[in-house]
Amino acid sequence: MSTVTTEPGVATARRPAPGRGKGSRGGPSFWFATPALAFFGLFALVPLVGVVVLSLMNWDGLGTPTWAGLDNWIRTFQDPVTRNAFVLTLQLTALSWLIQAPISLLLGVFMAGRQRYRALLSVLYFLPLLFSAAAVAIAYKSLLDPNFGIGSALGADWLSRDWLGDPDLAFFVVVWVIAWSFIPFHSLLYQSGVRQIPLSMYEAARLDGASTVRQFLSITLPQLKYTIITSSTLMIVGSLTYFDLIFVLTNGGPGNATRVLPLDMYLKGFRSYDMGGASVVAVILVFLGLTISLLLNRLSGAHRMESQMEGV
Amino acid sequence: MRTARTRPNVLGAIGGWLWLAAVIVPIYFIVVTSLRPQSDYFAENPLSIPSNPTLDAYRTVIENEFMLYFANSVIVTLAATALTLATSLMAAYVVVRNRTALTRRTFQLFLLGIAIPLQATIIPVYYLIVRMGLYDTLWALILPSAAFAIPLTVLILANFLRDVPNELFEAMTVDGSGPWRTLWSLVLPMTRPAIVTVGIYDALMVWNGFLFPLVLTQSAETRVLPLSLWSYQGEFSVNVPAVLAAVVLSVLPILAAYIVGRRQLVSGLTAGFGK
Repeated sequence: MSTVTTEPGVATARRPAPGRGKGSRGGPSFWFATPALAFFGLFALVPLVGVVVLSLMNWDGLGTPTWAGLDNWIRTFQDPVTRNAFVLTLQLTALSWLIQAPISLLLGVFMAGRQRYRALLSVLYFLPLLFSAAAVAIAYKSLLDPNFGIGSALGADWLSRDWLGDPDLAFFVVVWVIAWSFIPFHSLLYQSGVRQIPLSMYEAARLDGASTVRQFLSITLPQLKYTIITSSTLMIVGSLTYFDLIFVLTNGGPGNATRVLPLDMYLKGFRSYDMGGASVVAVILVFLGLTISLLLNRLSGAHRMESQMEGV
Repeated sequence: MRTARTRPNVLGAIGGWLWLAAVIVPIYFIVVTSLRPQSDYFAENPLSIPSNPTLDAYRTVIENEFMLYFANSVIVTLAATALTLATSLMAAYVVVRNRTALTRRTFQLFLLGIAIPLQATIIPVYYLIVRMGLYDTLWALILPSAAFAIPLTVLILANFLRDVPNELFEAMTVDGSGPWRTLWSLVLPMTRPAIVTVGIYDALMVWNGFLFPLVLTQSAETRVLPLSLWSYQGEFSVNVPAVLAAVVLSVLPILAAYIVGRRQLVSGLTAGFGK
């Protein structure tokens, strides 16, 4: 598996690019890139600019947008619902990372082991990835039903709560369901990361009498540095876009207990027909995502973006 | 860990089996509930094996236009993935073989697309789709889905294409083949593994996508599977076995793909993130 997985990865292992000859004889003309560029430009870059423009307009989603200046921005910043959504998003991001990162890492190390039963378990661990977010949310909704769900199955009182109806619990349920659906993906990243660590390092450590725990702390963890950064970036930027799962699971409720920013954006725009206010939330999301990506990139010193540019 | 051969890692094993339980219990619950008659749903223990197993719930789902939604999902996924792969392969060819400042800038634009949560641009996308007269058509799903998948696909294909030896390109030029022929008989075959991998990733993203269908379509004629699950939930309300049968049916095609091509699917999912 690791050989297949790493194919794109190996290519990133900056190897002097072929064709250093500046002249690019026989190379394709730039026009070959225009279909992709046109698509991406029209449906991604234009909307990116458009969302900033729309945040300065009043629009109900049907008529013609009219100029509003900074009204939407002032209104949104004063809106307690959006403020709450902002705090919830940060809490969700932090808590999701705290839960997902360690479990994914440990599972990845576990899955990288060559034992038979581990290989079998890895096959089953993958299953949540087959479900769409809507499917996961619907499944959990029934599973957590206070009357006909898991609580009544096991006859345990502490399990038969109104998980999704209690504002204090619903948030943690959302965190768990997100973890359930995303940990498999991240543990796959860690698995392939661990398998790329040279075996000789472990052999040397064993000769020195290092314990299993010691080997984990002194070899596995440091060697996984880049996997940790990649996975964490995906987790954190991903938390900003959890929409479908929460939308189907709780629709932001009960009350506004799980109304995170992406949901706030959708509900403002497509339920309250306040596209201007929704666009303000969208701009905040874009800004947060971009800042976090760049910050993590800087912090890591990996400069993934730039290393990808090498040889271009 | 690798030392396990010398000394079994008991803690690791316990953790591994615990996580398996966490993964399997919800899935087991979906399957057994979908096989229960509706009346038994309220009576039997939710985690017990159904005492009167039946496929009634599945029949209900199939009779409620499931095949239409399924076909819509197939069309959208195939069209969007094909569009993404074709345009991205051409762009990747330019990125690797045409070394100009313009190309460099273009590539940087694509990289920007990876760093930004593009879902946040849904409102202008909605505006565009309405203005283009595409609202509530399958095109409204195909075009933006393809556009959003392009940056990562170009990046992965370009990384792969960089490893194709220069000599091969030169040989093509010496043979007098133009860029189209080179694309067709050198670039395409050489990048095939990467195309399969990233194609699977793109297809899965489109297949499971929810936000675009929710915002850009409306009628049952254009409904795709993930959205249909949500609407079944409203339609069937108390018929929980039927709702969960729909969930099972929506997963089956991907499960089949997983069984047939597990390696490809796994590598497709981690496409481009593998270290």
